[in-house]
Amino acid sequence: MRVGLFIPCYVDAFFPEVGIATLQILERAGIDVVYPLDQTCCGQPMANSGCQAESAPVEKLFVKNFKEFDYIVAPSGSCTHHVRAHFDAIEQTSEVKKVRASIFELVEFLHDVIKLNDFPWAEFPHKVGLHNSCASLRDLRIAVASEINEPPFSKPLNLLKKIKGIEFTAPDRPDECCGFGGTFSVFEEPVSAKMGYDKVNDHTRAGAEYIVSADMSCLMHQKGCAERLGLPIKFIHIAQILNGARE
Amino acid sequence: MTISRDSILAAVRANCPKAAVPMPRIRTFDHDKSALLDRFRLGFELLGGTFVESAPGLELNVKIAELFPQARIICSAVPEVAGTKRLQDIGHPRELDDVDVAVVRAAFGVAETGSIWLSEKELGVIALGYLAQHLVALLDPSDIVVDLHEAYKDTRFITATYAVLMTGPSATADIEGVLIRGAQGVRSLSLIPVRRATG
Amino acid sequence: MRRLDHAEAASRFIANEKHEAFHDARLWDLRKKRDRVTHAIPEWEELRQLASDIKEHTLTHLADYLEEFERKALENGAEVHWARDAAEHNQIVYDILSARNTKTLVKSKSMLTEECDMRPFLERRGVEVIETDLGERIQQLDDEPPSHIVVPAVHKLRGDVSAVFARTLGSEAGNEDVNYLAETQRQTTRPYFLSADAGMTGANFAVAETGGFVVCTNEGNADLCASLPKLHIASIGIEKLIPKVEHLGVFIRLLSRSALGSPITQYTSHFRAPRDGAELHVVLVDHGRSGRLGMQDFWYSLKCIRCGACMNTCPVYRRSGGLSYGATYSGPIGVIIDPTFDIRKYSNLPFASTLNGSCTSVCPVKINIHEQIYKWRRIIAERNQLPFVKKATMKAAGKLFGNPTLYRAALSAAGSALEDLPRFAIYNWFNAWGRQREVPQPPPQTFRQWYIENRGQR
Repeated sequence: MRVGLFIPCYVDAFFPEVGIATLQILERAGIDVVYPLDQTCCGQPMANSGCQAESAPVEKLFVKNFKEFDYIVAPSGSCTHHVRAHFDAIEQTSEVKKVRASIFELVEFLHDVIKLNDFPWAEFPHKVGLHNSCASLRDLRIAVASEINEPPFSKPLNLLKKIKGIEFTAPDRPDECCGFGGTFSVFEEPVSAKMGYDKVNDHTRAGAEYIVSADMSCLMHQKGCAERLGLPIKFIHIAQILNGARE
Repeated sequence: MTISRDSILAAVRANCPKAAVPMPRIRTFDHDKSALLDRFRLGFELLGGTFVESAPGLELNVKIAELFPQARIICSAVPEVAGTKRLQDIGHPRELDDVDVAVVRAAFGVAETGSIWLSEKELGVIALGYLAQHLVALLDPSDIVVDLHEAYKDTRFITATYAVLMTGPSATADIEGVLIRGAQGVRSLSLIPVRRATG
Repeated sequence: MRRLDHAEAASRFIANEKHEAFHDARLWDLRKKRDRVTHAIPEWEELRQLASDIKEHTLTHLADYLEEFERKALENGAEVHWARDAAEHNQIVYDILSARNTKTLVKSKSMLTEECDMRPFLERRGVEVIETDLGERIQQLDDEPPSHIVVPAVHKLRGDVSAVFARTLGSEAGNEDVNYLAETQRQTTRPYFLSADAGMTGANFAVAETGGFVVCTNEGNADLCASLPKLHIASIGIEKLIPKVEHLGVFIRLLSRSALGSPITQYTSHFRAPRDGAELHVVLVDHGRSGRLGMQDFWYSLKCIRCGACMNTCPVYRRSGGLSYGATYSGPIGVIIDPTFDIRKYSNLPFASTLNGSCTSVCPVKINIHEQIYKWRRIIAERNQLPFVKKATMKAAGKLFGNPTLYRAALSAAGSALEDLPRFAIYNWFNAWGRQREVPQPPPQTFRQWYIENRGQR
């Protein structure tokens, strides 16, 4: 199987370590993985603003870059959901449909596709609060949302439980949105910041040293809030823990 | 006025979504018919109802006097309790304004929610169940159904002009979420399990 | 009509720290109560699907059910009126009242009458209208619309209520005891129940099979409105229809659990026919509902049973307050309905959302709220209702992200800009991100640069 690695624009620009960890963990699993150099963005910022016309060239470029791969893996729940569910600004050719059906978020890919069950190289002896982005949780359904009356399961927890030394803390509101919301973070800044403050305070009160998530966009927003508040809590992407980061 | 009616119906028909969704069937969810009175009591008390233990030979008039020693005006819709104000004498429902305690018999109860069912027949005058300061309801334990699905199969819902599923007394939490019992209607709802008189 | 600025209204709400903290905690508590009772019902998700199917079935056969309802209601001795819009509704109600010389009308909570702005219409024509629901009464006396469809004064603290009552009802100034305040409203409203010429309610459900309708309250005020005056008027939106009595089993099990986390409201009242010697009038109201029925992506919003669960769970609603939406319907359901009333005024609302989807998860009739919010954004962009700044930014972003070379160039420029600009330039108030958050530090290399260095060009 050939895997195309999609790195979200903000990860490429601000958090390359997340991209590196994603690449390395796929390589550790023996995957033939390539990062197409001409990729830019999945188009969410435009599409989530309703701007279909502006999304079209971005979607076209995405399909061009990734059409040759068996799987596309992205360390981002929201980008994955966007391609899978909303990539319709362009004509739905068989190529486009294939790309849309082939994209997986990293946790989905490790848990469901290659079923990577052990991480012997990893150790993370810290208290950790898990944050599932709303796209991962309610759209990709990587875990059961607390509103739903269904038997509980959690793919990220299933993976993280395997990590030596890890301890989980439980915030008061585990599933409440952290307030990033893409362009919401800028156009509805007062509410966005309040939500972010509440989120990081909640995890801090629960005793977390780190907040871990499969979505760096949420973490970027929470980190910005925590730093402004002067909170010591730290932030790490799940790929980094699974890849063996010690801190 | 028929213009409006026709215009609305025409618009509704014209805009009707193409996919005609079939009517679903509702299955039976709760087959457990045990301990209905106990389950009823749980729900009833949860919503603020006062469950009154009774024993055979209970003298209702005495019991009511015991529960409401300050009550002067008692209005009863049941033969077991005489009361001081007669429903037959009421001209306008507002004349029930001074009733301290009203007594009614529920037609049936619902175990799932702790609700009692009353219609214009059981209330005599509908406003009785709302203007009285306190309401006492008699309920025959064999008149308790399992859940709301079963309750809604009762044909009296189709024949009654007014029917209420009443669960506990009047309540509100509109100010800072603080629970108040006795908002606009009755301040208390007491339930006494009493078999129906036979014959 | 000027565009409503939700973000600005929200920032004012958040600035009121004590009020915002209480509002958020109170509604989250309702959400937690909802979770507790719904998780105790093994068939909960099945009930939601049933309710959704019943509503979709009804809406796709609505005209037939409306006719059946009317037929039965007329057989029962009720009078049935039809109102195409708010103005017609208000006129119909006024005509019924004035023909009977009505001086005072007592009413229970009805979002439909709010939607139609009925009260001022009647008051201007000499009818005194008394809101009898405690939350609605507080808002009426304070001359403010309700902020939440189930708990209308949830944004107020007891001190606010005390001040309103002292000012308008002559109660003890400074007495903030909630029992005292509730008792004040009970005592001052009661005379109106006893003397009113007419009573008005809304309806949660209208049953085609019987021609009757159901009103759910905790206070019993709807029953007082209906059982004392000789005239009962019920305003009912045409989407409130359900086919049969047995369907109430499903909806009543879902309604209060979703709204307040209690198994049922204290009073679930079923009205089928007028009392002896009294009149019952039903006003069926369209006001945009038939139009919405024809909207391929949005007709599902008509399934709404007005439980308010979406508001309780919405993290944006809890922190901005219902009044920040500037409409009768606020929160997630408001976001997908209000643009049908005025697309320009409410063009902002679909963006007052993070698309987190919690609303969709709690909706008892499975309205796909957050997906509709997403779709509304497209409509608003297509109808040219986006604010200029956003439109311009997205145009620029589209060009940039569509062109790899341009994108790389911009990235390096932005990165170094962030490093070189003095702090004040980053954190000045034009930079919305930086107002309350630190900006991420640009790393020495982008991922792409690292990849080329470590894995080579491929």
